[in-house]
Amino acid sequence: MAMHGMRGLSVFISDIRNCQNKEQERQRIDKELGNVRNRFKNEKGLSPYEKKKYVWKMLYIYMLGYDVDFGHMEAVSLISAPKYPEKQVGYIVTSCLLNENHDFLRLAINTVRNDIIGRNETFQCLALTMVGNIGGREFAESLAPDVQKLLLSSSCRPLVRKKAALCLLRLYRKNPDVVNVDGWADRMAQLLDERDLGVLTSSMSLLVALVSNNHEAYWSCLPKCVKTLERLARNQDIPQEYTYYGIPSPWLQVKTMRALQYFPTIEDPYTRRTLFEVLQRILMGTDVVKNVNKNNASHAVLFEALALVMHLDAEKEMMSQCVALLGKFIAVREPNIRYLGLENMTRMLMVTDAQEIIKRHQAQIITSLKDPDISIRRRALDLLYGMCDVTNAKDIVEELLQYLSSADFTMREELSLKAAILAEKFAPDLSWYVDVILQLIDKAGDFISDDIWFRVVQFVTNNDDLQPYAAAKVKEYLEKPAVHETMVKVSAYILGEYSHLLARRPGCSPKEIFGILHEKLPTVSTTTIPILLSAYAKILMHTQPPDQELQSQIWAIFNKYESCIDAEIQQRAVEYFALCQKGAALMDILAEMPKFPERKSSLIKRAEYSEADTAEQSAIKLRAQQQPSNALVVTDQPPANGATSPVPVGPLSLAMVPSMITTEDHTSTDPALSQQNGSLTKVDPQHPSADLLGDLLGPLAIEGPPGATVQSEYNAVSRLEGGPDAVDGSAIVPVEEQRNTVQPIGNIAERFHALCLKDSGVLYEDPYIQIGIKAEWRAHHGRLVLFLGNKNTAPLVSVQALMLPPAHLKMELSLVPDTIPPRAQVQCPLEVVNLRPSRDVAVLDFSYKFGTNMVNVKLRLPAVLNKFLQPIPVPAEEFFPQWRSLSGPPLKLQEVVRGVRPMPLPEMANLLNSFRLMICPGLVSPFI
Amino acid sequence: MGIRFILMVNKQGQTRLAQYYEWLTLEERRALEGEIVRKCLARNEQQCSFVEHRNYKIVYRRYASLFFLVGVDNDENELAILEFIHLLVETMDRHFGNVCELDIMLHLEKAHFMLEEMVMNGCIVETSKANILTPVQLLEKT
Repeated sequence: MAMHGMRGLSVFISDIRNCQNKEQERQRIDKELGNVRNRFKNEKGLSPYEKKKYVWKMLYIYMLGYDVDFGHMEAVSLISAPKYPEKQVGYIVTSCLLNENHDFLRLAINTVRNDIIGRNETFQCLALTMVGNIGGREFAESLAPDVQKLLLSSSCRPLVRKKAALCLLRLYRKNPDVVNVDGWADRMAQLLDERDLGVLTSSMSLLVALVSNNHEAYWSCLPKCVKTLERLARNQDIPQEYTYYGIPSPWLQVKTMRALQYFPTIEDPYTRRTLFEVLQRILMGTDVVKNVNKNNASHAVLFEALALVMHLDAEKEMMSQCVALLGKFIAVREPNIRYLGLENMTRMLMVTDAQEIIKRHQAQIITSLKDPDISIRRRALDLLYGMCDVTNAKDIVEELLQYLSSADFTMREELSLKAAILAEKFAPDLSWYVDVILQLIDKAGDFISDDIWFRVVQFVTNNDDLQPYAAAKVKEYLEKPAVHETMVKVSAYILGEYSHLLARRPGCSPKEIFGILHEKLPTVSTTTIPILLSAYAKILMHTQPPDQELQSQIWAIFNKYESCIDAEIQQRAVEYFALCQKGAALMDILAEMPKFPERKSSLIKRAEYSEADTAEQSAIKLRAQQQPSNALVVTDQPPANGATSPVPVGPLSLAMVPSMITTEDHTSTDPALSQQNGSLTKVDPQHPSADLLGDLLGPLAIEGPPGATVQSEYNAVSRLEGGPDAVDGSAIVPVEEQRNTVQPIGNIAERFHALCLKDSGVLYEDPYIQIGIKAEWRAHHGRLVLFLGNKNTAPLVSVQALMLPPAHLKMELSLVPDTIPPRAQVQCPLEVVNLRPSRDVAVLDFSYKFGTNMVNVKLRLPAVLNKFLQPIPVPAEEFFPQWRSLSGPPLKLQEVVRGVRPMPLPEMANLLNSFRLMICPGLVSPFI
Repeated sequence: MGIRFILMVNKQGQTRLAQYYEWLTLEERRALEGEIVRKCLARNEQQCSFVEHRNYKIVYRRYASLFFLVGVDNDENELAILEFIHLLVETMDRHFGNVCELDIMLHLEKAHFMLEEMVMNGCIVETSKANILTPVQLLEKT
């Protein structure tokens, strides 16, 4: 035996095996590594046998999780050994230790090529396998034609050709631009006539890769796939070796049906009939048998057939058979089948008309939500989430709430997020929604993110008839003995704003409300205290007639916190105390918070974002795509005042502002700005609802409602960067996010604004692509690099980037490739020359295709005026002489900007610096 | 779609064979093996053979003291992979005669070689035991 001679290796492995603990193992391995290293270093002319032995030891050590940072060269050099055993070790170990970018691989290219085009079949196989596993760009460039030739060669034996097929698949997937597959449709069709099932299995994988990219080119393969499937399903001419427990290669059957799922429809009536006959046979003829392996294999085929039928979504009769089967599966005891039943039922939700039938199984699915197996519970949760609509939301959400108390910790966060989203999307009435969220906070407070309680505050604020209800409800919760801090936050906010609406009810006098709240203060952290202080100030204001005792109590609290070490608490305490002395003025300043503008629920955004990484089309994403506007209903009506208009059934809606796009633009500047000027200490710019947090916790902006403040700041910025028109005038920049079914992640305008102030960052992102930008500026020249990153395991095709430069900019974008390979990043340099100052903004018209989605976005590029500015330092005493020596416009311009929110000088200076404007300190301005 | 990695782990959680079809750094491998081994070994016989981990799935099967764990994309056919594991075990059985942990440890090169004959670049290449074992037997003769 090959390893018989390698006694050293066997001894080493036995030693490792006998190690009592990790420490012993480490010592033994360190010793061995030292030994191998020495051998490689000192003894020139190791025999191939010795090399082989040491290289195996290295692989062994590497497998155990220890770093092996030497000896790679020796492994690679074995590839060129003349004898099979050494060569084989070289190839196998190299493909385990190295990756496609490793420099040493380059050294082996020639040997590998010689092995591939050589006459020795076994060498060919070894070489093809290694290239198929780790072959990179250079391999593709030098080997692709040879591999293609081998695959089609009639003189080549199947054992080589099957490897050539998968080798080609790798080269093509990694470098679709290098491997030319034009005209391959016919060759693929020809390959599918192959009798050898090994070659057929690999060719089918290759076909899946090709078809998934461009199904139209491969129509001619469709009937061949059906024929292959028929041959397998009828067990015609299948060698015994390829039959697994009586089933003709279940893997090839599955693969073939997978390939068929990449064709949208089947038009040819004969092919169609044949396929449906085969599918019918699989659906009806798969029985449960005793032998586990046989049962699994036949059900593997059955589940793939179900997927194919769902994909074709053609025969009503067959569809109902599928639903019936799935209904049976989700009720069986066998856990694997039940898991797959639930998983496939979730996929079934996409199919038209299936929802109603699936709903009949609700009770059964809920049982699986309580299964001891977390894999099954997750599937059940996903399915329940996907099948929820207005008719069953109440039941499903109640179930989720009930389950929450006993759910394991790993699932609670997901569970509560899903319950919150469903409650928001499908609430039959708003009071129910409030009930659900409060229950969520009560039962799983630790898992309730801030977004969830922010959202309930938004709804309560915007719906007057909800306010007394919510206030009464939170008061009930507060009276419970143990209350989660999040509950204290939401209660403090709501009671501060609306508890006066309850004043006539027993136990709800300002004093009593204050008492209930204040009881919680010793138990909460510093982030909650500011909210409590605001609530006290508001309660005090609403106390009519004034209550001297309450007043002195609250003043005492403000007094106490005036010296608090936490700046936010201290500031509030000082300001509220000062305000309270002013008597009537307090009324205006502490007036009720204004209505919130409509926004897309940050919860739903978050759910979408967290899905972005998964390859699978999960239920969340599907629903989001099917019903893009469910989360918010855009109406032009102001919110219902009082109880005059009935609360709409269905998706909830917040108060309205005229246009979605402008709203997003306005609110979005807020976080970017506050990050810049830092005046809102609490704002976390990464947080999806940072702006909301600012609204809630920012009573400092007391000049007017939050919207107005934001507006004025926004103007200040936009004027500098290119006039309000550049943003508001949708004539220049039609941001077409609405039309695309693919929603961007994050706010495009916000990203643009951020990039106006810095030179690198993300310009655009959606579930498929991320566009980053990096810029350097020198005088009137700019050099930008666009980083186009494909986030998926499938390529992005039809990629197009078109520059729409304004008249004053000369722009040259280097060639953008038509296809971005999976998980690859493409860099596209862009040269900009500014010919004259202007506030117009350049636009990048970017589009790509992913699957059936055509995505097109128009993105403003941050090549804005201020980027080309060059600050000149001027000493204070020279400033006025220089200023006076300038003659007038356009050399000299003077503008007074009003309505800017006050900010500390250093922050103002920072902001201006990031606009590349020089600050000249120490001057007394003669202008104002 | 495809297989991301194949692991063989004993019930103490020690890796006996690891083959990855996407490049991971050593740290990533260590972390991944630690996490999934912990997750899968804690499960009992009554639970299903699929575990969701990050954005992919583990399909696993236990044979006496040895666990076979296969990481696959989310849309892979789980039962087909489950039976593919069994095919691998049967192939090893045919070669070693009732394969055990020690066989795999002491004949790591053969185990790797069989796997190479069965899976390439995350796709199944061959499912005939005779065809899989031919090159392995060739190795013994030389």
